[in-house]
Amino acid sequence: MAKSRGFVAVNTEECKGCKLCVDACPVDVLSISSLFNVHGYNHAEYEGQGCTGCGVCFYACPEPGALVVFKNWEKVRMNYHVIEKDIVIPLQIKDAKKGIAMSEDGAFEVDLSQFKNLHFTE
Amino acid sequence: MSGQILSKSSGFFDDYIHKPGEDKSSTHYCPGCGHGILHKLIAEALVDNDATEKAVFVSPVGCSVFAYYYFNAGNFQAAHGRAPAVATGIKRSLPDSVVISYQGDGDLAAIGGNEILHAANRGEAISVFFVNNGIYGMTGGQMAPTTLVGTKTTTTPYGRTLRNEGYPIQMAEIIASLKAPVYVERVMMADTKSINAARKAVRKAIKNQVEKKGFSFVEILSTCPTGWKMTPVQSQEWLISTYQEHFPLGVLKDISDQVEPLNLDHNYAELSQVPTLIDLPKENFEVHKENIPDVVDEEIIVAGFGGQGVLTLGVWLSEMGMREDLNVSWIPSYGPEMRGGTANCNVKMSTKRIGAPVIAHPTVLIVMNKPSLDKYGETLVENGIMLYDSSLMGDDLERTDIVKIPVPATKIANELGNTRISNVIFLGVLTGLSDFLDESVVRNTLPMIFKKRHLLDINLKAFERGLEISRAYKK
Repeated sequence: MAKSRGFVAVNTEECKGCKLCVDACPVDVLSISSLFNVHGYNHAEYEGQGCTGCGVCFYACPEPGALVVFKNWEKVRMNYHVIEKDIVIPLQIKDAKKGIAMSEDGAFEVDLSQFKNLHFTE
Repeated sequence: MSGQILSKSSGFFDDYIHKPGEDKSSTHYCPGCGHGILHKLIAEALVDNDATEKAVFVSPVGCSVFAYYYFNAGNFQAAHGRAPAVATGIKRSLPDSVVISYQGDGDLAAIGGNEILHAANRGEAISVFFVNNGIYGMTGGQMAPTTLVGTKTTTTPYGRTLRNEGYPIQMAEIIASLKAPVYVERVMMADTKSINAARKAVRKAIKNQVEKKGFSFVEILSTCPTGWKMTPVQSQEWLISTYQEHFPLGVLKDISDQVEPLNLDHNYAELSQVPTLIDLPKENFEVHKENIPDVVDEEIIVAGFGGQGVLTLGVWLSEMGMREDLNVSWIPSYGPEMRGGTANCNVKMSTKRIGAPVIAHPTVLIVMNKPSLDKYGETLVENGIMLYDSSLMGDDLERTDIVKIPVPATKIANELGNTRISNVIFLGVLTGLSDFLDESVVRNTLPMIFKKRHLLDINLKAFERGLEISRAYKK
């Protein structure tokens, strides 16, 4: 698959596993995890590759803070990933406020606050 | 779409601090609930229109009753169905605010059908979001006015029938048929395309209000996976396959480009102008308070039949009390008839603050007919004063622990030429007997009540006759 143009981070503690994002995703890169979150829901997860950054899942999701969609991922991924990583690792945001994200290497801090108020503009 | 990142809108609280319980980060809505999607669309539209600081949500009853947990905006809680009326008040008193009435179908189409019609008909410059999911979700799946024919709910266990419950009501069409609304659209939140259309409609409804265009109404077909007993994905499929057939999508009315922005400046009188406007010269508001004791705590019941001036006498007593700088309350009780029927009122006059206006045991009782004597005679406190119309009834109350004062009020009133002034005679007697009413204050107040000269003369005469009677009893 070509380089991912976008990236979806799932706040697993806010996700209620309703599956609407999975259903809505035009490129089928979202799925429901076999893991449970603290509320007992199987949360959504991003498979790590193929996101186009279209934002469809964001608007399909009923939970205000459960999904964060990054556009132009190739340009900005360095801000969020350990630089020496070649492949994109599924990133799950544990705490959007503090910017703690999970990867295979464990939790690390990312800075989400600077993007807080950016939106689609028509 | 030039944004770099799509994340939780700043129109929401970072942490839902007003939400009770431990979980301050997720909403209380069920998984897959349409409210969450609509909340996101509204929050985004508010932020993009720079309106979060001046936004006021009016949330009545429904699952969305707790919208104030989430939106970082003002909120008013309205009674069930009354959101458009409350929104009208807010918008008129704060014309620069962005007032959003967020209502469900049980709220807007059932109990609040009247409010929304008239708010729309007046063209109030508010934005109404009407969430139509065809069921009472919050209360556990009862039939809503929008429920489709044949649908089984807890209150239509055999399915909704035309014979019993009628057709699902199409609110957007009804609103669009009115002249005043500027924008009416029905949208759906079921798939990417329809959610995008809903997003545009929400933005337009908010933009219309920011631009002072007038009444905007967006009906949003939404899902209730829990109430419908479907998965969220199935619910959205059912919206597309079935529900929207009965509620056709689209713009039903849009004249927002053709109308001029409304002038929402209010034209209300300043408080200081009110006495002049109702023809009360300012000097009449002077407080007297010279000849009355330091502590007053009187509870007066005036009772009789309608037309005797029972309630009016109570109003006058409270008026006099106010002029003595007392705290007063007046609460009437009467039948639907203007004349005849029983009538009574409770008047409290006190140097203390008054907690409740209702009186159980009066200190003063004025009875103007026999049934009232029977009803209230026994409730009078010990050593209380009872004034009764001796021309209409005898004294057959077997109590010796009270002061009974017969006042032939109707007889005197007839002698003076007008039966209707008997209440003023009672006022005269009570003024003479009591230490909490000053006769000079009453004399000065009566000319403001009776503006016509001949009425004033006869009432002043009646008042003096009352004072005369009281002198015989004064200690």
